[in-house]
Amino acid sequence: MTLHARFTLERDAMRLDIDLTAERGETLAIVGPNGAGKTSCLHAIAGLVRIKTGEITVDDEVLDNGTGSNFVPPEERHVGLVFQEHLLFPHLTALDNVMFGMRARGVERSAARAKATEWLTRVGLSECIGQRPATLSGGQAQRVALARALATTPRLLLLDEPLSAVDASTGLELRRDIRTHLDGFDGIRLVVAHSALDAFALADRIAVIEAGRVVQTGTVAEVCSQPRSPYVADLVGLNLFRGAVRAGMLELPGGSKLTVPPTPDGDVLATLHPRAIALYRTRPDGSPRNVWPAPVVSIETAVDRLRVQLGGAVPLVAEVTPAAVADLRLAEGGDVWVAVKASEITVYPA
Amino acid sequence: MIRSRRDLAAIALLVPVVAAVLLFALPLLGLLLRAPWSDFVPTLLSTPVLDALRLSLTCSFSAAACSFALGLPVAVWLAQGSSWQRNAVRVLVTLPMVLPPIVGGVALLLAYGRNGITGLSLPFTTTAVVVAETYVAMPFFVLTVEAGLRAFDRRYAAAAATLGSGPWRTFWTVTLPMIAPSVSAGLVVAWARALGEFGATITFAGNLKGSTRTMPLAIYVAFETHPDAAIVLSLVLVLIAAVLLFLLRDRWSPVR
Repeated sequence: MTLHARFTLERDAMRLDIDLTAERGETLAIVGPNGAGKTSCLHAIAGLVRIKTGEITVDDEVLDNGTGSNFVPPEERHVGLVFQEHLLFPHLTALDNVMFGMRARGVERSAARAKATEWLTRVGLSECIGQRPATLSGGQAQRVALARALATTPRLLLLDEPLSAVDASTGLELRRDIRTHLDGFDGIRLVVAHSALDAFALADRIAVIEAGRVVQTGTVAEVCSQPRSPYVADLVGLNLFRGAVRAGMLELPGGSKLTVPPTPDGDVLATLHPRAIALYRTRPDGSPRNVWPAPVVSIETAVDRLRVQLGGAVPLVAEVTPAAVADLRLAEGGDVWVAVKASEITVYPA
Repeated sequence: MIRSRRDLAAIALLVPVVAAVLLFALPLLGLLLRAPWSDFVPTLLSTPVLDALRLSLTCSFSAAACSFALGLPVAVWLAQGSSWQRNAVRVLVTLPMVLPPIVGGVALLLAYGRNGITGLSLPFTTTAVVVAETYVAMPFFVLTVEAGLRAFDRRYAAAAATLGSGPWRTFWTVTLPMIAPSVSAGLVVAWARALGEFGATITFAGNLKGSTRTMPLAIYVAFETHPDAAIVLSLVLVLIAAVLLFLLRDRWSPVR
């Protein structure tokens, strides 16, 4: 079973031009900045918004091709969608919420009740069966919403930022459980993720949407090692350069040049890990091939390290230890020498 | 002793408040003080009073039911969007709310009377009472329910659709239960309006003992001949109003 979604749609001021493929048995994460169109993309696949042109198909079945005549309404698509705000029906108990989809599809009350009880037990909520959504915590509500979607035995399971409504401590456990349920679901799985961590923890493949377009797709490893946009680079915590290699030198748009490992000439992308950047108070001697002075724009804490935003001709983020910041007497607005070994720069075709 | 501007302001507020309280309280007090308490139960249980009460309850409940049956689809359609057609229908449906009821009665007579444009002979029947009451009461139901539907978060309907529920099922199992407070408030207000209806009823349905003489009409008639009976009937309506206010307290009280 394969989902092909190649479509455009216009909604409010947003224009989407999407091209996605997802296979049965894999989890595809959709990541991208706020307002990039991730949710609209899921809603188009679920049939909640109509596409303008293109086609959404599951195997040979057309769900929507923009003409209206082939539009399959959401209730006939067998697509389970877990909304960001869970949208449990407030007037129904947790059990009735999970039974809802089965009852709508004609399952008898007693059978639906048994199945719903089983699902709630499976997501660890056997004690909350009679509770209304208002009395559930964010994490519990998200689990009920997941059970409600899974209980309808959909062909596609779409999760829209399933971890955004819960706090960090419950998020950890919920993320692990969602991964378990995703792996146990034998269909096509799509997850919209806001944080890189969620995407990497839940997905096998990643599609990056920026400004309504898919800018990169690939396995988690591919996206992490070879980001193709500043957003993705930032997501995975790398410095990204776009430029051209000529005679062994990477020429950047501003005119700066960096020595990089031997690479054929042509347009390239290059990444540099923030921890591979060395900072000095005075011009360093020795082997690094790339040495230049740069102003310190800002310094932020990042867990056990400090992230130093550097300006100048080659803007970079470097990560150093708090001790190094003290030794170097780094301060915002001050200057520092930057040294980068050529071998630390990863270059790949643009 | 006036000490400050603050005290002056407090008095300036209190004086009209007391005046308003008297305006509302004195008529109620009058009813209570002049009620024939010794004859209260016998008067209440006399045939004309019981007939009027029974007729009033039957007709007002029927009018509330008609308002629900006709008003719910209208409210749903009105809430679906905005167009000149919807605006026109909304004006048409809510007109009886602001129209003097007696004008409504005359208009009903010209539409459904023997010499009216439809040639029906509806007037002077209990059905005519229900029609007149529905005519004046339904606008309250339609507006209340439409407001509830417009405030309804349609994403819940979308969630129901992804679970395999068609529009019909979604309406009855998700939308309607979620706007139930609006529906019940609309029903109560429409019913109360129907119960108190006088002008349109007497003009369109007449004042026939046992078939169209509802409580308000009976009070009007009794006031000339048996003022005591009029007071008893009035107190019954006051009691019903008090119960209504109690039922609606959560909806109308600004203090929660």
